[in-house]
Amino acid sequence: MTRERWNAGMLALTATLLLAFAIAAGSRDFHNFDAALIGYTFSTLFATFGVAYRYAMWLQRPPTAMYWRRGWTVFFRPGHLLANCRVWLHRVLGEFAANEFIFRRSKRRWLTHMLLMWGCILASAVTFPLVFGWIHFATDADRLDFYRVHVFGIPTFAFPTESLFGFLLFHALVWASFLVIAGCLMALRRRLRDAGAQALQQFAEDWAPLILLFAISVTGLMLTASYTWMKGYGYEFLALLHAVTVIATLIWLPFGKFFHIFQRPAQLGVNFYHEVGGKETQQPCLRCDRPFASQMHVKDLMTVEKQLGFHYELDEQRHYQQVCPACRRALLGLSQGEAWKGISRDV
Amino acid sequence: MVPEKMEFFIDANRCIGCKACFQACSECDTHKGVSMIHLETIDRERSVQTVPVVCMHCEDPTCAQVCPADAIKRTPDGVVQTARKSRCIACSNCVLACPFGVPKMESGRGASVSGFNLMMKCDMCYDRTSVGKKPMCATVCPSGALFYGTREQMQKERPRSRPINEFRFGQQTVKTKVNVLVPRDSALEQLKVTDALGSQPDILLLGMYQEEEP
Repeated sequence: MTRERWNAGMLALTATLLLAFAIAAGSRDFHNFDAALIGYTFSTLFATFGVAYRYAMWLQRPPTAMYWRRGWTVFFRPGHLLANCRVWLHRVLGEFAANEFIFRRSKRRWLTHMLLMWGCILASAVTFPLVFGWIHFATDADRLDFYRVHVFGIPTFAFPTESLFGFLLFHALVWASFLVIAGCLMALRRRLRDAGAQALQQFAEDWAPLILLFAISVTGLMLTASYTWMKGYGYEFLALLHAVTVIATLIWLPFGKFFHIFQRPAQLGVNFYHEVGGKETQQPCLRCDRPFASQMHVKDLMTVEKQLGFHYELDEQRHYQQVCPACRRALLGLSQGEAWKGISRDV
Repeated sequence: MVPEKMEFFIDANRCIGCKACFQACSECDTHKGVSMIHLETIDRERSVQTVPVVCMHCEDPTCAQVCPADAIKRTPDGVVQTARKSRCIACSNCVLACPFGVPKMESGRGASVSGFNLMMKCDMCYDRTSVGKKPMCATVCPSGALFYGTREQMQKERPRSRPINEFRFGQQTVKTKVNVLVPRDSALEQLKVTDALGSQPDILLLGMYQEEEP
């Protein structure tokens, strides 16, 4: 076993144990834990191990490790911290909550992603605390037509059971599934009609997540329909079917496209890196002498390339990384021209 | 899958700078409306010489290796794909590390700032080449600077040329799927790209032929 795998394994084990401890503590030694949901709990623990393991392996790749280290360093750099916190908040709201960067690429894809993302966030915010026993509802001792919300076993606010608030709250997963189904259908439309997407798509990477999300939402809605309008017809089977779809998705989390949920926040660190780099010394090109990137970025890439086994050094002092991309393109033409000098050409 | 016998050959010396490739490239379905080919000038003030640069599709792509998000994948048929949209974190590592200067940090159609937060690059028109068609640029190139076909076709049409796909950058050798044409009779096994750092353009504007370094 390599050192990287050992590190990742230990980190994943720690994360899993921490979650297990949080479940035990948050449900008050399993007093508030619903044993019927044990399958969900174990698959979440598995997903936690898988995600933490893959994340740790990913962080140990030379380019990722470099950005990880540099991202935190520039974030906490004296004189920049306050501005960085302000920018961080702005970015979290704009780029993450509102998906502004996808909006700029395509409005239709933005709507698709917003529906899927917020549907999943809403569903997760409801499901996980309930499954872990961190939140539960109990009839209020004083008023029997009131429900009281208990968070980590601590009683909080109460609300009338037969109220609009209660209706909206108890059907939160229904609203989430509406969002996810709409998003899935829009994504499906693109995958069926867009020639570019069809050329590049893969079943495991692009179709499996959509199928899983759609299956979770539809089977969840079937459960609601069963107990609301069909006197619980086929409820046990549907509950099992729904559990299978959720567990399959949780198990798939570390492996496929869903992993971008955990990977993507790295973009925030990259933004800080570029902003701080932009204010510092710039690297002039060896050929045209124009600045083209921050010296920090160029030097970091030289280190990363060396770690990866590349040798772009030109001599003791100069490195090919110090040549700008435009001059690299020109060099390709020039070097080919050199090869043809003095030789007659095909016509 | 891109058929194995179909290959891409570049002869930059034939480029006439017409920009047909640049326009046609944006028609490709995998990067609709955004042109991925570079039409580079060598020394704009003194020369009309241009170089069309597409992705060379390296066997061990530096861009993919330096990508911290693992967003760049090489398909089994040897095509290095553009960054996966869900993964790319717009760090520009690939843009700065590619030895051929190919990836673009796309700023969006007409946008003045980086809005897409996405690296995009030539994928050899994968929607076309994977079903046996030619890439858009090679389809429209009027001078044959960009040629896509079989090795036999190329040898028949360019009897004095020979394709090579090995390049040298400093101490680093890079092998690619795309070929560059060199003289058939030359002993070149690899194109030493960085040796051209001090080279002058092949074609100089009128009146500049006699200019020499003091």
